[in-house]
Amino acid sequence: MTSIQLQNVSNEYVLKNVNLTIVDKTLFMLIGPSGAGKTTLLKAIAGLVKYAGRILFDGEPLDGVPPEGRGVGYVPQDFTLFPHMTVEENVAYGLKVKNVPYVEVVRRIKELLEIMGIYELRKRYPRDLSGGEKQRVAIARALAIDPKVLLLDEPLSNLDPRTSKYVREWLKYIIRKLSITTIWVTHDVNDVEESNCKVGVMLDGVLEQVGHYHEILSSPSNDKVSKFLGLANVFPCDVVSFRGPFAEVDVNGLRIMVPYDGGKVSKIVIHPHDVVVSKEKSWAFAVNSYEGVLEEVVNERCSVNLKVRVNDEVVFNAELPEDIYKLTNLKTGEKVYLMVKPRSIKVIS
Amino acid sequence: MGLVQKCERFSWLIPIAVLLVLWEVVARAHLFPEYLFPPFSKVVLTAFLLAENGILWEHLMASLLRVLVGLLIGSMTGVGLGVLMGYREKVYRALHPIFSLLMPIPVLGWLPLFILWVGINEALPILLIFICSFFPLLYNTISGIRSVDRGYVEIARSLGASERRAFLDVVMPLALQNIITGMRLEAGMAWRTIVAAEMIAIPMGIGSLLINSQYLLRIDVIMVCLGVLATMSLLFEKILLWVERKSMKWR
Repeated sequence: MTSIQLQNVSNEYVLKNVNLTIVDKTLFMLIGPSGAGKTTLLKAIAGLVKYAGRILFDGEPLDGVPPEGRGVGYVPQDFTLFPHMTVEENVAYGLKVKNVPYVEVVRRIKELLEIMGIYELRKRYPRDLSGGEKQRVAIARALAIDPKVLLLDEPLSNLDPRTSKYVREWLKYIIRKLSITTIWVTHDVNDVEESNCKVGVMLDGVLEQVGHYHEILSSPSNDKVSKFLGLANVFPCDVVSFRGPFAEVDVNGLRIMVPYDGGKVSKIVIHPHDVVVSKEKSWAFAVNSYEGVLEEVVNERCSVNLKVRVNDEVVFNAELPEDIYKLTNLKTGEKVYLMVKPRSIKVIS
Repeated sequence: MGLVQKCERFSWLIPIAVLLVLWEVVARAHLFPEYLFPPFSKVVLTAFLLAENGILWEHLMASLLRVLVGLLIGSMTGVGLGVLMGYREKVYRALHPIFSLLMPIPVLGWLPLFILWVGINEALPILLIFICSFFPLLYNTISGIRSVDRGYVEIARSLGASERRAFLDVVMPLALQNIITGMRLEAGMAWRTIVAAEMIAIPMGIGSLLINSQYLLRIDVIMVCLGVLATMSLLFEKILLWVERKSMKWR
């Protein structure tokens, strides 16, 4: 397989001196808002846009190699299935243009369609496929050519939120199973949150920071990165006791119940949108319910950021949708209650 | 299929049958002299006579051959140049100004010029059909090629296809509908043009049979010719419509 190296990759309007190394057989997630240049970076790697700088696969420079010579499996955001070909014709296309013997093509397609769970759809045209089915066909088509690297452009953005949750796990499983170097582009923090892979944050064509997600979250390299990822609550903690699938931890005198799966617990991350703030104590929360003082209210575009001080050391960031905030009737300086579901807390070892 | 549905499939025949009966009745009533308004049965008889003595075939084949050859050459040139102009911006910018100047000229406007340049021979009607099929196919092909999303080409290339291969496998099939639609519209135009050209300048073909029948006051023959023209245009239209559907089964 293949490691990818980018050296000072720039593109006239979009990319600015991107340097990046992706280790062989690993998944790399590139996150950033729309218009940040993520797609352009993928297209540069696939050789579909002009760029300055160097791109290397396993140390071999690719610059000047046309797209058909790069061996890149590219899955664009809208899947771009050939509408005049059936599912199997779509998947076979890359093999057909390489004059792979017919018997081999048939074998490989059958194998791929079965892995993707779409074998029974093989005679259909793309117009008769759902979004999720189209996605599987597009991935199968990209994998058919035995690519050195797989490029996924927002693979979940065309699926409805409920299915995308399952597809996310399935896709990560497939990538792990095939052990292929993969770049997965996304704008959705949910995609990167629960993976152990390296993550790159791209803003305005600049690759701002690379690292594991929780590292970036706990120490963003600059204000732009922290603003994009949201003002997460990252607390170092000590374990006090274990209760089955939960652990009780101490954060500067505050006792918090967190999910526990047997690993080390040294830090916890709580997303601002998982923090509930209200004037009354809610009986729904048996644990992780605290009294605090609302210190600050900042209006964002469609949401409101709140700062709640729970004790001398601990301040929580909470985020409420604007309409919900209006209903709560909260005022700065007032006493409020703050609650967090244990299951929504992420534990970092 | 029930009997009722079977009958419904052919319900479009009823208005035509009514019209023919009405025609026969009015003609038989002798409201007009028979040479001016012959009954339908007389026209059918004339058609048989003309078919039997070979006159109708002779003229029809002459016209049909011209239409087919002209359409073929015009379509091939139109599609070929259209492909180049649709895919290569430079070619488009070089040729479009010239073609957009020539295109609006009505086809028959060229006739006097061509009579003098080419002379009265088989090349003349073929040249006219060529002109009338070339331009619409050219522009239908250009817009067909341009309407194909470049994303398809990008994907084909990343899957290993050369630019030429991607063009043949992806761009052409997706542009095909526009091209065939252009051809279908052109077939009708071609028949109109050939009749006019034969009426004016060419001594053979359905158009010349029409104009000669006028000189001889043979209205029955005129009507036979009109019937033949209607049938031919409809036939061309149906055939190309069938081809269009066949090539678009994925839509």
